[in-house]
Amino acid sequence: MAATSPVVEFHALTKRYGRTTALDDLDLQVDRGEVFGLLGANGAGKTTAVKVLLGLTRPTSGGGSLLGMPFGDPESRRRVGYLPELFRYQGWLTGGEVLRLHAELSGLAPERWAEEIDTVLATADLRTRADDRVSTYSKGMQQRLGLAVALLGRPEVVVLDEPSTALDPLGRHELRGTIRGLRELGTTVILNSHQLTEVEQVCDRVAIIHLGRLLAVGALSDLLVAGGIRLRAIGLSPAAEDELARAGEGGLERDGPWLIVRGATEEQIPELVEMIVRSGGRVYGVELMHPTLEDRFRQLLGSA
Amino acid sequence: MPGIWTILRVTLREGIRRRLLLALGGLSLVGVLITAWGYAELPNLPGGRGATGLETDQLQLIASQLLILVMFMFSFVLALAAVFAAAPSVAGELETGEMVAVLARPVPRRSVLLGKWLALAIVVVVYALGATALEFAAVLITTGYHPPHPIEASLYLAGEGLVTLALAMALSTRVPPVTAGIIAMLLFGIAWVGGVVGGIGAAFGDPVVGQLGTVTRIVLPTDGLWRGAIFSLEPGSMVLAGAAAGPQIAAFPFYASAPPPLVYLAWSLIWVAGMLAIAVVSFERRDL
Repeated sequence: MAATSPVVEFHALTKRYGRTTALDDLDLQVDRGEVFGLLGANGAGKTTAVKVLLGLTRPTSGGGSLLGMPFGDPESRRRVGYLPELFRYQGWLTGGEVLRLHAELSGLAPERWAEEIDTVLATADLRTRADDRVSTYSKGMQQRLGLAVALLGRPEVVVLDEPSTALDPLGRHELRGTIRGLRELGTTVILNSHQLTEVEQVCDRVAIIHLGRLLAVGALSDLLVAGGIRLRAIGLSPAAEDELARAGEGGLERDGPWLIVRGATEEQIPELVEMIVRSGGRVYGVELMHPTLEDRFRQLLGSA
Repeated sequence: MPGIWTILRVTLREGIRRRLLLALGGLSLVGVLITAWGYAELPNLPGGRGATGLETDQLQLIASQLLILVMFMFSFVLALAAVFAAAPSVAGELETGEMVAVLARPVPRRSVLLGKWLALAIVVVVYALGATALEFAAVLITTGYHPPHPIEASLYLAGEGLVTLALAMALSTRVPPVTAGIIAMLLFGIAWVGGVVGGIGAAFGDPVVGQLGTVTRIVLPTDGLWRGAIFSLEPGSMVLAGAAAGPQIAAFPFYASAPPPLVYLAWSLIWVAGMLAIAVVSFERRDL
């Protein structure tokens, strides 16, 4: 397989549960070695997409491939690690035994088990608890165990479905470091999340899904909406508003009592304030806005 | 089938760690000891002590009937254990989410299902053979009675457990654990009652009611196999007395005039295999 060949491909994939459409004609591809974010609100269809690619759920129509094999082929899952959204592991096993079970099920050569298990236990910061039963683990530790299970055997593709829901801030920071480390190793990561900052900080490309439909896909830099200047001002004439709209590359937006001059830079702040004051308006607040995915996300969901 | 032995081992380990095997074995041992005490008291019943040959026959007849009742208790425990071990084994793990991580591995679903069934089948067979062997030893030591076909009786009971296990496993692929357990136990009970009602129909010459037992024994072979166990436990004198009593004896629920025919045993095997095939197809088609 060529180094640039897609690792995951969805072709016109539709999944319906009764009258509910979870995925609607999804066309998507994830390339080798990238950290790909699937972004969407709760119920957008992110988990369904992941379950279809892992063969846990069958599509209503359409299809696709994982590592060149059709969805549902058990062999396609040999080089894939998965942390489910609903992470639960056998409470009557120890953490080490859960990893051993998964090493065995994944077809990993027995002589590699000890080393691989030790490596992922260290990554998940669970070495000291490896011999304790999972039933004694906190929720965060269980999610870290899920991460260790997903990383076992150095898979080519790692699918993380909402991987930080039970983690504390330090755990989230470490998770981001782990994902960046995977990218450096050339591992493809599919990250399902509704946490925009998480996606922003680690993903190379992002797909935004809403009600099962793909709204946008592209490199993170292409999807980020330009930042701007937020101004809280009153008494603006329509002419002054037109002038402000022309000052930024992205026009003028309203956000409650605030005006957003999209695309305007920090250097333009004095000029914008002067513009308002000159037209008879009064300025009560000024903020510099950084480019965010959140704005893009809200724009897309608003238009959908 | 990749993964089947791994699942089998982990399911057995679950039974040990969750103390299922300890509870089953320990309480059954208590049951055997209590019944042994009861058997030991039989010769002390009024008119029993210093028995002549005829009285020894009476003692053995009573012992055989008590043994059949105790075996009925074991068959019920076996069915209950099979149902409550199998019903949550798929549905429960699907509900908690444990199953998703396992099925995301390169393991076919049939390996997971059959691995679990095989592990529980080992428990059922070992339990059936062990508990009945202990009970046979208890009745032999205390009363001198030994059933004519003890191994067959044990195997019939094990077969009954395997049928129930396959049924509960198939239900577990589609319905929640508690519902699967209740449905399987109800069907087990209906099959037994169907056999009893069919016997009454045969005893009183009503072919339609008589057929009911035949139908329920075909639809769910637990009662048919239980009848085989009864026949294996009856002394020859009981079978002869039953034959002499005429057709009315068929109404007695703890009497069997003949063992199930070979074709019925073949049907029971096909039934288990078919139910497992249904379970596999149902599980493979299920969206998680």
